[in-house]
Amino acid sequence: MIVGIDVGGTHTDAVLLESLHVRKTAKAVTNQDNLLESLVAVTEEVVRGEDLREIERIVLSTTMSTNAIVQGKTDRVGMILAGGPGLPPEMLAIGEDTHSISGYVNHRGIRVAGTEPREVARIAELFESSTIEHVGIVGKFSTRNPALETEIGDMLEGRFRHLSFGHRMSGNLNFPRRIATAYLNAAIWETYKAFVTSVMDYAEHMRVAAPLYILKADGGTTSISQSLQYPVGSILSGPAASVMGVLSLTDGSEDAVALDIGGTTTDIAIFADGVPLLEPLGVTIGGHKTLIRGLLTRSIGIGGDSSVRYKEGRMTVGPERAGPAAAFGGPSPTPTDALILLGRADIGDREKAHRAIRELAAQAHRSPEHMAEEICAHACRAIVSAVREMIEEINNKPVYTVHEILEGKKIVPSKFYIVGGPAGPMAPYLERMMEIPATVPGHAEVANAIGAALARTTTEVTLLADTEKGEATIPEEGIQTAISRNFTHREAIDLCMSTLRARALRMGAREDTLDMEIVEDQVFNMVRGMGYTTGRNMRIKAQVKPGLVAAIKEEGGQ
Amino acid sequence: MTVNKKKTGLVFFPAFDWAISATHPEREERLLYTQDQVFEEGLLDLDNIVEFKPGLAAVEDINRIHVCVPDVNRVITQSHLISAGGAITAAEKVMEKEVDNAFALVRPPGHHAMRIVHGARGFCNINIEAIMIEYIRRRYGHRKIAIVDTDCHHGDGTQDIFWHDPDTLFISIHQDGRTLYPGSGFSDEFGGPNALGATINIPLPPNTSDEGFLFTLDNLILPILDEFNPDLVINSAGQDNHYSDPITNMSFSAQGYATLNDRLSPDIAVLEGGYSIESALPYVNVGIILAMAGIDYSHVTEPDYNPDAVRQTPQVSRYIEQQVSTIYDLWKNRASRRAALVKGKEYLRRSRNIFYDTDMISEQQEETVRVCDECGGLITIRSGASTGNRIFAVIVPGQGCPVCRRKGEEFFAGTGTGSYHHVYFQDRDRDLFLVK
Repeated sequence: MIVGIDVGGTHTDAVLLESLHVRKTAKAVTNQDNLLESLVAVTEEVVRGEDLREIERIVLSTTMSTNAIVQGKTDRVGMILAGGPGLPPEMLAIGEDTHSISGYVNHRGIRVAGTEPREVARIAELFESSTIEHVGIVGKFSTRNPALETEIGDMLEGRFRHLSFGHRMSGNLNFPRRIATAYLNAAIWETYKAFVTSVMDYAEHMRVAAPLYILKADGGTTSISQSLQYPVGSILSGPAASVMGVLSLTDGSEDAVALDIGGTTTDIAIFADGVPLLEPLGVTIGGHKTLIRGLLTRSIGIGGDSSVRYKEGRMTVGPERAGPAAAFGGPSPTPTDALILLGRADIGDREKAHRAIRELAAQAHRSPEHMAEEICAHACRAIVSAVREMIEEINNKPVYTVHEILEGKKIVPSKFYIVGGPAGPMAPYLERMMEIPATVPGHAEVANAIGAALARTTTEVTLLADTEKGEATIPEEGIQTAISRNFTHREAIDLCMSTLRARALRMGAREDTLDMEIVEDQVFNMVRGMGYTTGRNMRIKAQVKPGLVAAIKEEGGQ
Repeated sequence: MTVNKKKTGLVFFPAFDWAISATHPEREERLLYTQDQVFEEGLLDLDNIVEFKPGLAAVEDINRIHVCVPDVNRVITQSHLISAGGAITAAEKVMEKEVDNAFALVRPPGHHAMRIVHGARGFCNINIEAIMIEYIRRRYGHRKIAIVDTDCHHGDGTQDIFWHDPDTLFISIHQDGRTLYPGSGFSDEFGGPNALGATINIPLPPNTSDEGFLFTLDNLILPILDEFNPDLVINSAGQDNHYSDPITNMSFSAQGYATLNDRLSPDIAVLEGGYSIESALPYVNVGIILAMAGIDYSHVTEPDYNPDAVRQTPQVSRYIEQQVSTIYDLWKNRASRRAALVKGKEYLRRSRNIFYDTDMISEQQEETVRVCDECGGLITIRSGASTGNRIFAVIVPGQGCPVCRRKGEEFFAGTGTGSYHHVYFQDRDRDLFLVK
């Protein structure tokens, strides 16, 4: 048995899966002031009467970290940056407590200038006297040579509650994003740790022996104890759970679009050959562009409860939500009310929905039915145009080889999946506009919890092997190792894959669901002077791709 | 420096799977560290910098400006269509006002490719800037355009293509041809008879540093640009004037390149040469991008930069001052020089040997231009190469006058293939390219 729990912004859901069938579900209103309470309530409901020893694992998707960041409930973080030449330091500062120090590494990972211990000591003292307990240490190109960051870390060891190192955040290049990621990681560490500790204490109290997992932004899981190393990885797990939920309730292996139509917004995700696409560099949260590996999603301000207005001959739907639909006592007409009037949805107070649409129709000199049809069409058109825009953006993403320009894969969705309240009634409109078939999966009401329950453990590693320098680095693991001048491409791939495997297993992956692949593989001859080959520069990135341990075995959908 | 933020388009195409040969300077690795630096600086995340995927140039875009022998597909690779396409994409984004300016950071380069193309010379097969310029004129209407070529090597290909075009001002600033490939670009190379003064060559002595380049910019290039008053300024942005470049002898720095682009303020910049791939290109390119975007570039310096160590000598400074004043006088007197040159002549002819160092081809070329006060003048070219190809080409210039066009059509009609493998007819205004 597997338990999946999704602590969402509004509702907390839990499912109990047995042999990949949904056996029980539970739903509760989320108590924002005490997420643990909501979590415990739904969990106890689904496991009541069950033999706890039968539970293989428990996977949790929580808004904990996201809320902390979005609501600014974060700790003060002291940042130490070793940037060297480039953008002016004031463009890189994050918060009041950012200090740039001398010492930096270049693009080859060569240390150009060392750190100045007295300078670091002075900043550390300043942090201490300002009662800063959480510190981020970020160097430019630290993914190419983490030594400078660890050296600074050694100087601060034992003096602060937490240190976040830039090179551990991601293997991708992007100094400003690395700064933001390390900053956020340090800023939520304390809050996250308190939450995780209370969850683990509760599990122990309940005598649950099953391993606990946390869902990450990339739609994969990590063991709860490992997640403490990288709390910021657990942000935006809500949208990730939704995408994985759609994946678990369908069995696609083609290019497809997933829509989650909520009250205020519609979230869009894209599958390429059945695998959800990731953000190229990392997700954006609370205005920060980061290196946090996460699913590529777009959110537009159209949902079932979007306000519909009619002004000067023009109709607008969203982006604001003035309250619930008129049928549920809300102040303005909404797409949900239009669907009720058209008899496509049978919820709420029919008369209130009718009245709201009638008033609007009178302003526009149309029949209420005509008006309602227009509202639905308008909302769906906005969604479809956002989907098209997103696909075009993906297909126009710059690539850097002749081969990719001429032969690169293009996303051409052949179906789409819709979950969320208005999914069923809106499907026919969307189907017509998208000109591809729609599926509304069953169990959509607890899709997020199912997605969390079935997600596999994911991770990635980035290898740079520079045979001229005689060194290979894998920053995510803090690996910096000597290699011979004859280090081959094969050896580079083997090192990358074995490191990925060990990392994934440590994070709680099961050997039988490790779906590892190489996502980047470039080898450059290094030539110096007049035509003398001095080495090879190999760049390899490997991942356990986002996916499920297995799909739900039930006929669902319409 | 300018603090005005501008919206800058970046077309980045490093062609990581294309090389002239495995150890050639023009190889896969060339823009690798530039990519690393641009990515690591996070430039593509800045609100006012947008990256665009390069389009593909069409064969017609090339035939509008070149005569490729025997035809386009025999002298290029797909990568050339992408780098020319990248320059075109950059131009489109500027012309459509999606951005204020744009930088095509693409390879392979093009500024040594001349009008007639028998093969590759100076690592170039087709002239990506010239293709871009004629594309702009075809798509958006005629424009007066100035090209400032800051590559260390004389832009002899671009010079050749626009030699007779009075509406394209070509200014090349480069290491003196007596000391570097291609051995041309002296100040007396000053444009064809109908476009005298629309070609300006500024040879600078070896070891010229930031001071010399910026002095020339402020005292010669910018004043001439002011007078010419172009609709568009294009920087042919070679980066091999850098003090660390392995195949040249100049002393320009990343700060110098950024300052130059800040003051020149080009609408479009297109990468040309530059082979110090680790020590120069990452910093020079970041500097140029920041300068074009109007962002503080004062912190962009090479790790080993020491201005005192590379500063030009007083002798070099004096030589440059003198050179600048001589060339400015030449420009001022261009009208009277033209009158003397064309007096009593209907046609002017020049004969040249052109060497294609990359492909080891030699070409004998005889070019005849009709003296014309109305347009750039009808051009006919007789060309034979060591490949065995012999061709004749008739070129009606853009904005061509009725007389030049009529005479061109007569020449084409009256020339049989006979001793030529092919006879070509290129008419820019009608976008016509005929081969027999």
